[in-house]
Amino acid sequence: MRDFSYLRADSIDAARQAAALPGAMLLAGGTTLIDLAKCGVTEPETVVDITHLKGLDGITVDDRGATIGSLARMSSVADHADVKSRFPAVSEALWQAASAQLRNMATIGGNLMQRTRCPYFRDPANFPACNKRTPGSGCSAIGGVTRGHAVLGTSEACIATYPGDLATALVAFDAIVHLGDRQVAVDDFFLLPGATPDKEHAIAPGEMITAISILASAAARRSTYLKVRDRQSYEFAAASAAVGIEFEADGRTIRDLRVALGGVGTKPWRARAVEEALKGKLLEPDTVRRASQLAIEGAVDHGANHYKIELAPRVVARAILKMGETA
Amino acid sequence: MTSKTRIPIKLQINGHRHELEVEPRVTLLDALRDHLGLTGTKKGCDQGQCGACTVHIDGQRVLACLTLAAQAEGRAIRSIEGLADGDGTLHAVQAAFLEQDAFQCGYCTPGQIMSAVACIREGHAGSDDEIREYMAGNLCRCGAYPHIVAAVRQAALEIASSTETAS
Repeated sequence: MRDFSYLRADSIDAARQAAALPGAMLLAGGTTLIDLAKCGVTEPETVVDITHLKGLDGITVDDRGATIGSLARMSSVADHADVKSRFPAVSEALWQAASAQLRNMATIGGNLMQRTRCPYFRDPANFPACNKRTPGSGCSAIGGVTRGHAVLGTSEACIATYPGDLATALVAFDAIVHLGDRQVAVDDFFLLPGATPDKEHAIAPGEMITAISILASAAARRSTYLKVRDRQSYEFAAASAAVGIEFEADGRTIRDLRVALGGVGTKPWRARAVEEALKGKLLEPDTVRRASQLAIEGAVDHGANHYKIELAPRVVARAILKMGETA
Repeated sequence: MTSKTRIPIKLQINGHRHELEVEPRVTLLDALRDHLGLTGTKKGCDQGQCGACTVHIDGQRVLACLTLAAQAEGRAIRSIEGLADGDGTLHAVQAAFLEQDAFQCGYCTPGQIMSAVACIREGHAGSDDEIREYMAGNLCRCGAYPHIVAAVRQAALEIASSTETAS
């Protein structure tokens, strides 16, 4: 790991100013930054330590919704009683991510900024070509081993999967990312790779995530995060689904539905076509399975990741039907 | 404080205060092992994947390999060396690992034990499934998992009963 300057921020303003310096990066938990610095993927000139900042780790949940400070730890949010009861998909996405140790370190703001696990991206010594790392250098993954790569939102420049679980749940419930006074819908915060896969987030130098907020809803209250992976724990999703559902008074007709996919897209993937197809319908297995196929509309595989196209709709359908069982 | 050369830091480890000078990039793991001679905390993957370097910061289990030493300033750090009592009496988790033969080569063991102590304290050792889930961040290349689960289960029961006796 190349050496860097270390600067401990004592205020949000100081952190923002320091983060605007060329080559400066914020250290919010370190689980991505230090990892990628060791891989030689990121080479910060200055690491701006914001882990000692006060007042950014609050978690507030009331009838209107939840506001979570950017320095709240993943473990604190996952275990928060009101998050569990009002936003179960958010809690489940968090505790099914990473390991207990990493969840104690990683913060919510840092979690949103985590980078892809594409093995070519993470290995600059052996794979110099990576458009995400070095714009214009090519993509080593296309034509390589693609079992973990994305099938939705890919481009000719990049097929790297967005790896996170939390953001998948946040996208389903239209969470807002707070960058100080500026607010961005979480779906817009994550950018498609297109021709510029190096640009991943709608955040400018000198900006810092200060909080995320989620509006309360019946669908968020009755929600789940279903994660399918190669091993039962401590693994990224092969395919996952955040699902929230609200029924009409009959308890069987779908009034509101939220569906987002993880592990299959280049960004957290909202599946609005599935939602629209099922709103107003009775929750019946065949109807749900047919509609869930719409989740992977437009999917493109690169050989070894073809299974995701079959897997993702099944995960979506299982998650929706599971929510129906508890009606 | 900004510097690319060595920086002075003060660390509170197992109740003792240490002053050292390190490059900013030095991790807590390297500071413990190479600067302070506390080699009980192990370097496995050095990449945040294996859990061998698990220590407690302010009572929470974390990975020392992904924590900068400078970042840990002002926090209470506990490593495996600080687990047993001053008179050498082993912590209940250490004793349970011995009793259940919960290791082969022993390299992952300090991390397993530090993780298990926190797992029990968090209340995540209620069943074998829960222990497996919440100990998933500690890999054992020898595959001693069944005995590790048994040791955590045993220690959790002992700690629960001794807490009841005390209260």
